[in-house]
Amino acid sequence: MKIKQLSVFLENKPGRLSEPCHALSKAGVNILTLSLADTQQFGIMRLIVKEPEKARDVLTQAGCVVKVTEIVAVEVEDRPGGLADILEIIEAADISIEYMYAFTFGRKDKAALVFRFDDPDKAIDVLQDKGVNVIGGLELYDNAD
Amino acid sequence: MAILWNDIGGKFNPACSSDYLPVDQLRTLQTQRLIAVVHRVYDRVEMYRKRMDERSVTPDDIRSLDDIAKLPFTVKTDLRDTYPFGLFACGINEVVRLHASSGTTGKPIVVAYTAEDIDVWTSVMVRTFAACGCGQGDIIQNAYGYGLFTGGLGAHYGAESLGATVIPISGGNTDRQIMVMKDFGVTAIACTPSYFLHLIERAGNMGVDIKDLPIKTGVFGAEPWTEAMRKYIESASNIKAYDIYGLSEIIGPGVASECSDQSGLHIFEDHFYPEIIDPETGDTLPDGAEGELVLTTLSKKAMPMIRYRTRDITSIIQEPCPCGRTVRKIRRIGRRTDDMFIIRGVNVFPSQIEEALLAVEGTLPHYQIILMREKGLDQIEVQVEVTEEVFSDEVRSMEKLRTVLAQSIERTLNIRVGVRLVEPHTIERSMGKAKRIIDKREM
Amino acid sequence: MSEFVTENRIWDSAETMPHDELRALQLERLTQTLARVAEVPFYKEAFAKAKVGPDNIKTLDDLRRLPFTTKADLRDHYPLGFLAVGRDRVARFHGSSGTTGKPTFVAYTKEDLSTWADLCARFLVSGGLRPEHTVHIAFGYGLFTGGFGLHYGVERVGAAVVPASAGNTQRQIMLLKDLAADVLVCTPSYALTIAEAVGAMGIDPKELSLKFAHFGAEPWTEDMRAQIEADMGLLAFNNYGLSEVIGPGVSGECAARNGMHIQEDHFIVECVDPETLEPVQPGNQGELVFTSLTKQAMPIIRYRTRDIAQLDPAPCPCGRTGIRMNRVVGRTDDMLIIRGVNVFPSQIEEALLRVEGTAPHYLIEIGRPGTLDEVKVHVEVRSKDLSDKMSHMQALRDRIGQEIHSITGIHADVHLVEPQTLERFVGKAKRVLDHRTET
Repeated sequence: MKIKQLSVFLENKPGRLSEPCHALSKAGVNILTLSLADTQQFGIMRLIVKEPEKARDVLTQAGCVVKVTEIVAVEVEDRPGGLADILEIIEAADISIEYMYAFTFGRKDKAALVFRFDDPDKAIDVLQDKGVNVIGGLELYDNAD
Repeated sequence: MAILWNDIGGKFNPACSSDYLPVDQLRTLQTQRLIAVVHRVYDRVEMYRKRMDERSVTPDDIRSLDDIAKLPFTVKTDLRDTYPFGLFACGINEVVRLHASSGTTGKPIVVAYTAEDIDVWTSVMVRTFAACGCGQGDIIQNAYGYGLFTGGLGAHYGAESLGATVIPISGGNTDRQIMVMKDFGVTAIACTPSYFLHLIERAGNMGVDIKDLPIKTGVFGAEPWTEAMRKYIESASNIKAYDIYGLSEIIGPGVASECSDQSGLHIFEDHFYPEIIDPETGDTLPDGAEGELVLTTLSKKAMPMIRYRTRDITSIIQEPCPCGRTVRKIRRIGRRTDDMFIIRGVNVFPSQIEEALLAVEGTLPHYQIILMREKGLDQIEVQVEVTEEVFSDEVRSMEKLRTVLAQSIERTLNIRVGVRLVEPHTIERSMGKAKRIIDKREM
Repeated sequence: MSEFVTENRIWDSAETMPHDELRALQLERLTQTLARVAEVPFYKEAFAKAKVGPDNIKTLDDLRRLPFTTKADLRDHYPLGFLAVGRDRVARFHGSSGTTGKPTFVAYTKEDLSTWADLCARFLVSGGLRPEHTVHIAFGYGLFTGGFGLHYGVERVGAAVVPASAGNTQRQIMLLKDLAADVLVCTPSYALTIAEAVGAMGIDPKELSLKFAHFGAEPWTEDMRAQIEADMGLLAFNNYGLSEVIGPGVSGECAARNGMHIQEDHFIVECVDPETLEPVQPGNQGELVFTSLTKQAMPIIRYRTRDIAQLDPAPCPCGRTGIRMNRVVGRTDDMLIIRGVNVFPSQIEEALLRVEGTAPHYLIEIGRPGTLDEVKVHVEVRSKDLSDKMSHMQALRDRIGQEIHSITGIHADVHLVEPQTLERFVGKAKRVLDHRTET
């Protein structure tokens, strides 16, 4: 159920974002979602793509520093308190969240939350226990097409 | 049967005999050659004669090695001031080679060689390669730049005379260098340490792990580098990285080289007589003391150098070397009197920053030092390229890395520095020598 | 014309060997060479396929029974497939800058390197070099054979080498002047670049002490020679070689400057029709084919150079007995076929140099917008000949067009461009842009 995410180190300078994105588009790699964490000096671009291994090679060839990490994607209901419920489950299980971001996917514009947990396996277990829809790679990619 | 220390691995090259001369014979030889070269320059080179006359020194006053202190120093500007032919001790018809430094501005310096000088140069480069464990049967990729720079042709002649196979690939075209290294089963490479670092990295991007290739020896010189950098290179590529030393004014590469002990560089002192002086007072310092290296060429014909101030800071190691060579060693040169910069009153050498960076786990070998002046105050920023090993996708750990690096440098220098993490390949890669410092203070 | 005249000096008495002795020596050395290559897998296979063996080669004429070797063969056997000695006997590798994919590499033993230095010394001496000279070598060093061949040749003669290598023209000129070089070694197109930069730097070529130049590594023309000699005040000599055969030193001009003497004691030359591969009639143009006679590490049998030239067996006043080849007029592979007509870029160059007021910087552009080939020739106009009169420029354009037509038989669309607008080359010049081959 874990999904591979690519992280790319970027300097906080104009135009820096476009280079890795160009490299990916030239290689025909489709980006499902992208989020950016930045500081004054540098940023980390996080990407979810359909072919993470290929994307990693493309980016490394282009001279980027790339890291593949595993994240957990969760479908959230579009109602007030949807996010709070999930956070509550996580907190109760004493799992810490390194970071999170949200995106929409699929034809029905489903919303998904992406979590980086310190213990992703345990998180998946407790979430599924409570009936939360943890999105697998296939589902994510299929809905993206 | 006892193993002779000068026959390690059965690979003793007769050209290296002079490395093992009994010390008293070596001193006699040096004395004879010193006397001869002083006569030669006094008779043939106006600058030397004038300076000796000014000090009321005649060639006959030089009877022992200690008498060398009576002679005047020679400095780099002397070569520039006498450009192009002023320091020649022979006619142009005896000269078979001219090299020139890559003077960035204005006139370069020119150095000349007779056929005999080329033979001496070749022999000291043979001794260099042999000391680094190379011999017949090795395939040596010479990636020093060929041309006016002495590194390329110096290493080329040495490797050829050693009986190795030479691939004269010169600098640049990194992808082809890696292809050749792989396809030809190269066993040794000669280049600058910073260029080899670049090769390791590029090979990685091309999906080639240098550790899997037959290459086992690196003969690295032409720029100062540190012990920490050696450790990084050796572990990243599985080769033995040797430090060699030389400068065009003296002969080119081949002045000194490490041996298998990697504990200092043996000076080929039957041809180049070393002294250590206090750079401020010019006084000669005893063996063991740190100071500026001063070299006198004992056998050069076309352009002898008397007491040439190298600006390189080192000390002479007195203790005998386990390798059995009797020619003395100098400590590896990490700094030069002229690459020191003063920032807020503190003397700083780039090598100190390199050591501090490499002391941090996850080692970051690509760096550049930027000096700036903001609101009248000197600022120093160290730019460090992020590598895969240290990259984390968490902002927090990257910030922490930055702090740890800054602290490591600050501990060494006792001044505040800014550390900026930059993307890979953003710092200019050197084909030849690495440019470590950019001083924007005067711009 | 230059004020410098060369005396006829000969480096090695072998250069004047009587013909019968020379042929006998060639046969003896050919037999030795065939014995050396007998175990090289490529030759073993090729000879077996052609059903010939060293035993079938009893006379020099029998050489024709052996198969050819091509550049593709070398490439297919990269990196070491052509070695005829143990790898540990190889003293050096050189390479040619393969335009696509893997480059081709060539190997030398210590003896090969010594032979090579000697061959270069021969043509350098016949072209004026003396031990007291200083030689500025502006060929790139490195894997390319040009730099090293000449370097060791000059060293063999005992003259001083300035290993300037390629690039940084202004600095090259400063060194030429300050170190008072007597001889310049580079490609002819780089010599033009230097000549032009000398002018631009406001230096009178007379301030340089250059007396001779040795040009090679690319085809050039007699008119280009005249122009460089006039601009630089020196005597220019042509030499020829290719890394697959040995590098520079295969042939070179003597003081008569009427063709390059092939060093026949080390190479057998043939001149064949590139289509039929049969020998051309004596005196006709054809593709040169070389067989090495003394090379140890990598002997080469009947190597097709793709260079088009003609051989001249007439005796030379200099006394050398090696047959002469004229300048290479083109290559079988840079030969352009335009509307069915064979055209060599060097012919266009010849046409341009016949017209006063053009600089020898040009670019040939070939396209096929419809069904017919169209040729555009971009030509730089010298600044002093730039005219603001349309009619004047029009006339110049027409003259060039006529000259090109009279030499090649094709009509070209001539474009005059301003001085210094076409790309300059440090090494071999790229003169042709063929859009027809683009996809």
